[in-house]
Amino acid sequence: MIAVRGLTKRFGPRTVLDEVELDFAPAAVTALLGPNGAGKTTLLKSVLGLVRPTDGSVWLDGEPIDERGHYRHRLGYMPQLPNFPPHMTGRELTGMLDDLRGFEDRPDEELLDAFDLHQDLDKPFRILSGGTRQKVNAALAFRYRTPILILDEPTAGLDPVASLALKDKVRESRAEGRTVLVTSHNLGDLEAIADAVVFLHEGRVRFNGSLDELLEATDRATLEGAIAGLMRGSEKGTGLGEGTSSTPGARPRMEIVR
Amino acid sequence: MSTVAKLLGHQLRDLSRSRSVAGYAIFLGLATAGLLHFGGGVVRALPSLATLVVLIVPLFCLLITTSFVYHNGDFIELLLSHPVGRRPLFVGIYLGLALPLVAAFLAGIVVPLSVAGGLVSHGSEIALLALAGALLTTVFTSIGFLVALRVGDAARGMGVALLLWLVLAVLYDGAVLLAAYQWAAYPLEKPMLVLMALNPVDVARVLVIMALDASAMMGYTGAVFQDFFGGGVGVSLAVACLTLWSAVPGAIALRTFRRKDF
Repeated sequence: MIAVRGLTKRFGPRTVLDEVELDFAPAAVTALLGPNGAGKTTLLKSVLGLVRPTDGSVWLDGEPIDERGHYRHRLGYMPQLPNFPPHMTGRELTGMLDDLRGFEDRPDEELLDAFDLHQDLDKPFRILSGGTRQKVNAALAFRYRTPILILDEPTAGLDPVASLALKDKVRESRAEGRTVLVTSHNLGDLEAIADAVVFLHEGRVRFNGSLDELLEATDRATLEGAIAGLMRGSEKGTGLGEGTSSTPGARPRMEIVR
Repeated sequence: MSTVAKLLGHQLRDLSRSRSVAGYAIFLGLATAGLLHFGGGVVRALPSLATLVVLIVPLFCLLITTSFVYHNGDFIELLLSHPVGRRPLFVGIYLGLALPLVAAFLAGIVVPLSVAGGLVSHGSEIALLALAGALLTTVFTSIGFLVALRVGDAARGMGVALLLWLVLAVLYDGAVLLAAYQWAAYPLEKPMLVLMALNPVDVARVLVIMALDASAMMGYTGAVFQDFFGGGVGVSLAVACLTLWSAVPGAIALRTFRRKDF
């Protein structure tokens, strides 16, 4: 279980996360959504320990995360940009990470098979296309069979076949009881895999609930419509989706933080 | 095996294919061979080589280190998303860069000198030159890390690194000379020693000049330096000073790395 308690992050005068309180549902796919600069990536990086909170804390299975990073044995991460050392090959990179993690079990290579990557693993990254590097990036996140997966824009740059294979893998991981946190601007992709939605705006949680609750509360049939409504609502300061606006002065129903 | 040793091993393998480190070694090798060829032998080439070392080593080390850290920012972030502590990661990356740079320096300088027979005739001078260059390498690797970690923007960071080199390797001496001229009537030996210690390039320069017994070219102050640095204690103090110049920026860079947001 991942718990975020009073998490605040400021970069200079800019507050990117503002007293965020969250409990991410275990064995579920939670989509982190929000406009650019809402704090999605900063929140994910805070869970990973890549960003140090100004205030508040992140807890994993009842223990606060620390600098030594031992807790990251339980995390698999797919960063937004697959920028690997240009001289290195995929096989060298996986060998290095296996070595650093002290990983001696059989790695999960399903995505390597699905993406047909085995031959590309022997080529240096500098000659691989951006899409192929992104496939290696995805395969690395799932390689260590971790109970928690953090995916930042996972389908960006992937072709439709690879994107489908990745979404199948996410669904399969959830069925195995793993917890997945994912951000993406491709709402169609998220709708296909997400159980829960956290909507961030200006560093605050404006909605936290299931996908069905979001659709019901915004009176929309699709995630895209619901999020568009939420964004307009947030910009107007109501926190509500268009079409479900409460009467002026009424407490916005979407300001729910569970 | 410790995390530092694992990281070091992987980084050494990766950097062995790096063009920048190999290019640095080749440049130094060609420069040394050129000085030996056109200078007319080891004895006459050594002073020029010493000047080259104290000017070129800081510049190359600063540029290679800062560009390495900036280019590998995303990869460092990826490594930090795995169960690796920030301190061992920093130490592994630092050693993984400093050791190849020292090796490149030694290969570029010592190999041509030994081919020319210098190791037999001027072994101790070359050893001291190699020591000064190796220490300068670690000093400017530390400073390069510090600059790259403190200055977020790569272009600005490279600019700061170049400015630092210009100040420490070129302008500082001019300022010291001006001060010496202004206060020529006063006994300046001790203040000069302090001013020298405040600049690692000067410490390395003095160490090398003393090794080559060229202090006579430095006049009265040279005699003071010869007196101070000429013996074993002086060399040890200069080495300690350069070690401190590696350790202090390195420790500040580590502190910055541990607190940095990726």
